[in-house]
Amino acid sequence: MPPSILLIVLLLLSYAGYQIGKRRSLASVDGKIRELHSLPGFYGLYSALWSIIPALIVTVVWLSLETAWVSGNVISTLPEEMRELSNSRLYLVLNDIKNVVNGVTVATQTDPVILEAAQHYKHLQQLSHILLSVVAITFSLAGIWFSSQRIDKNHRARNAVEKAMDVLMMICSTIAIFTTIGIVFSVLFESIRFFKAVPITDFLFGLEWSPQTAMRSDQVGSSGAFGAIPLFTGTLLVSLIAMLVAVPIGLMSAIYLSEFASPRFRATAKPTLEILAGIPTVVYGFFAALTVAPIIRQTGEYLGFSVSSESALAAGLVMGVMIIPFVSSLSDDVMNAVPQSLRDGAYALGATQAETIRQVIFPAALPGIVGSILLAVSRAIGETMILVMAAGLAANLTFNPFEAVTTVTVQIVTLLVGDQEFDSPKTLAAFALGLVLFIATLILNVFALYIVRKYREQYE
Amino acid sequence: MSDMQFPNENREDKPTTFDIVQQSLAKRRAAERRFRWYGLGGIALGLAFLILLFADIAAKGYTAFEQTQVKLDIFFDPAVLESSQAEDKEQALSRADYNSLLKNTLRELFPEARSRREKKDLYALISSGASFQLRKMVLQDNSLVGKTVSVWVPANDDVDMLFKGHIDRRVKQSDRRVNDRQLAWIDRLVAENRIEKHFNKAFFTSGDSREPELAGIRGAAMGSLFTLVGTFLLSFPIGVATAVYLEEFAPVNRLTDLIEVNINNLAAVPSIVFGLLGLAMFINFFGLPRSTPIVGCLVLTLMTLPTIIIAGRASLKSVPPSIREAALGMGASPLQTVFHHVLPLAMPGMLTGSIIGMARALGETAPLLMIGMVAFIVDIPHSFTEPSTVLPVQIYLWADSPERAFVERTSAAIMVLLIFLILMNGLAIYLRKRYERRW
Repeated sequence: MPPSILLIVLLLLSYAGYQIGKRRSLASVDGKIRELHSLPGFYGLYSALWSIIPALIVTVVWLSLETAWVSGNVISTLPEEMRELSNSRLYLVLNDIKNVVNGVTVATQTDPVILEAAQHYKHLQQLSHILLSVVAITFSLAGIWFSSQRIDKNHRARNAVEKAMDVLMMICSTIAIFTTIGIVFSVLFESIRFFKAVPITDFLFGLEWSPQTAMRSDQVGSSGAFGAIPLFTGTLLVSLIAMLVAVPIGLMSAIYLSEFASPRFRATAKPTLEILAGIPTVVYGFFAALTVAPIIRQTGEYLGFSVSSESALAAGLVMGVMIIPFVSSLSDDVMNAVPQSLRDGAYALGATQAETIRQVIFPAALPGIVGSILLAVSRAIGETMILVMAAGLAANLTFNPFEAVTTVTVQIVTLLVGDQEFDSPKTLAAFALGLVLFIATLILNVFALYIVRKYREQYE
Repeated sequence: MSDMQFPNENREDKPTTFDIVQQSLAKRRAAERRFRWYGLGGIALGLAFLILLFADIAAKGYTAFEQTQVKLDIFFDPAVLESSQAEDKEQALSRADYNSLLKNTLRELFPEARSRREKKDLYALISSGASFQLRKMVLQDNSLVGKTVSVWVPANDDVDMLFKGHIDRRVKQSDRRVNDRQLAWIDRLVAENRIEKHFNKAFFTSGDSREPELAGIRGAAMGSLFTLVGTFLLSFPIGVATAVYLEEFAPVNRLTDLIEVNINNLAAVPSIVFGLLGLAMFINFFGLPRSTPIVGCLVLTLMTLPTIIIAGRASLKSVPPSIREAALGMGASPLQTVFHHVLPLAMPGMLTGSIIGMARALGETAPLLMIGMVAFIVDIPHSFTEPSTVLPVQIYLWADSPERAFVERTSAAIMVLLIFLILMNGLAIYLRKRYERRW
């Protein structure tokens, strides 16, 4: 049976285990619950956990090994000349087979060898699923049997169940760590492979970016250029434009919201501004590409500039709008945290409200505001969709906001969307860019969080 | 206030503090007002952008909810439908050339189209999906064969655009997608009441298509649904368990400290990096199938977990310690205290946090591009392992299409997406208001 049905069966079995455990505990004291060590439900849970956890572990381990085993087996039955292909070619063949199995490719159009292999693949997969079902259900039943043997009135079921829940919750909380490790490893390993092909200095300091690689080794112009400086400047240029929009608007809004606005105005204006941050970035991308960019181009032509249809300015402006709430909400919180006594002191000396804000509150809140701006910058650097749709693909090394630029995130997307081989520098370059992006935003975030947190503690 | 109240000996020699303050007062008050206006201006600009964005999308997209259709009196010619050399009638009907039925009808309507070019222009008025519509009709009701029925069939996207005023008929013929001949025919159809705008049902019921007049969002919406349901099923229990553990049970040591720092950092990692993780781990390493909701929801789970955990911890923190102490005092174990007393009280806050996380996941595009959910998929997905796409990715794909008709469809899809987002956020606000409690 397929894994999804197996899962349902296992869940049903564990429910059965719950009932059996509960009944058995009640039977062991003839229904006098007071004589039990734990509540009957705990005995039920005890059985249910024994029934499902070992079976689930077996299933997960089995399924994660299954693909490798089936693929290996299918490859070994392929004809001689196919088996001797290079690893990457073999991977493609295997992919074809999988596509036939999954029904992505229509079976009648493929080569008979692949078709036969696909049959074999399907057969092995079915065999594996049958075996898995048998094993998993056996484990589940054995769990029920084992646990129900141990149930009697002195059995400390509650302690066991609570221990299990504790461990379960602990495992859940380590997922964050595993995610981080996963991110680091997945980008690091591929990046190392990339840096074997392209020296790291060429990547970090090269001035030309044209990631074309040859499909065949004898092709003309087979070596691409992987200098990332144009991407870095493009990213910085767009982020700079975005910050020029977001910081003044965001800061002024934050000041008004925290100091001048009436509570009612604040209660509606703040969440309304925050809608800007909740709009999906594709929507901004569409808006930038179809509405803002043409307006900018027309205005530019009217004023006598030459503006390309995809410009850093259009993408940056729209991204700035998206980022306004990041600046305004965080700065607003920080300014609200400035104690009232500082304001009162300034008023007592005769300062107007504006002077108090400029000369007392703003300096006091400055570290927090800087922190919020840094968070907004890291958001700008990592933003993808607006840039993919509105900033262009041309890797120009320029600071002219009217020209098309490309950014780190845009290149990651263009390198990885579409058909790809996983051992060409072209695709691996995306992971190297991902590594740079991850490190850059991580440093910014850690620094920003450190500043915000350190500042906030001052008044508590 | 008069100066007399503040006698000062050397008043003539130099201005007093009071004078300085008096003189600068007007300026200071003006500065104060200006400052206020700047603040208000900032908010107004932000809100203006928001309104502009919504208005622009709505103005571009509202026309997509209607589709131009042409009424044709189709003669279901038995000679065409039953002549093929198939074994039985059913098969003959399913394989027959329905396109020629349409062509015959059009030629009868406009007999003046003689040359190949003219005929080609004529046939181009009708969407290529019309023949599928006829086929479906006949397969549903075999008795139609031999009868003449008036059918509303979708017009081609260029006709649709002309009808909605997106193509200007005053432009030179060479710059226009509809030529003069076709214009004349369309005008005749209008005169005969054979062309009308109807509610665009296809937009909500069909999958993606290369033909704008046939393209719909159903496939993407189903993909989004599967992805979101999967994300919720994974991220909510894990997020709640993590929040409960960290807030209620975890000892303070290096490990839990590391977990905390990690969660805060993950919340700020760019989403595209999660896409890279999904590509390298789930697809290349574990061999999960590409372009499927299952990989999508794994990636989005990892992405939204930090948001849910942070919101969950905040709502657990707001439950006062007295609740815990009372439960513990009555003899409940720590686990019972949390699950029977603390968690139910914190649940609304946790749900609010997860709904906001889900709303963010619904609008996410970049990581899904990495795991191949950009494929062109016509079929509507029915399970977690079928290739599919999601609404934001569909918007991205359509935004890239050159046809003018896709602009309005993209805007319409954006409107649908935004409506879902507003509903989700509204639900979160409702929950927060409904269950908000001050201790």
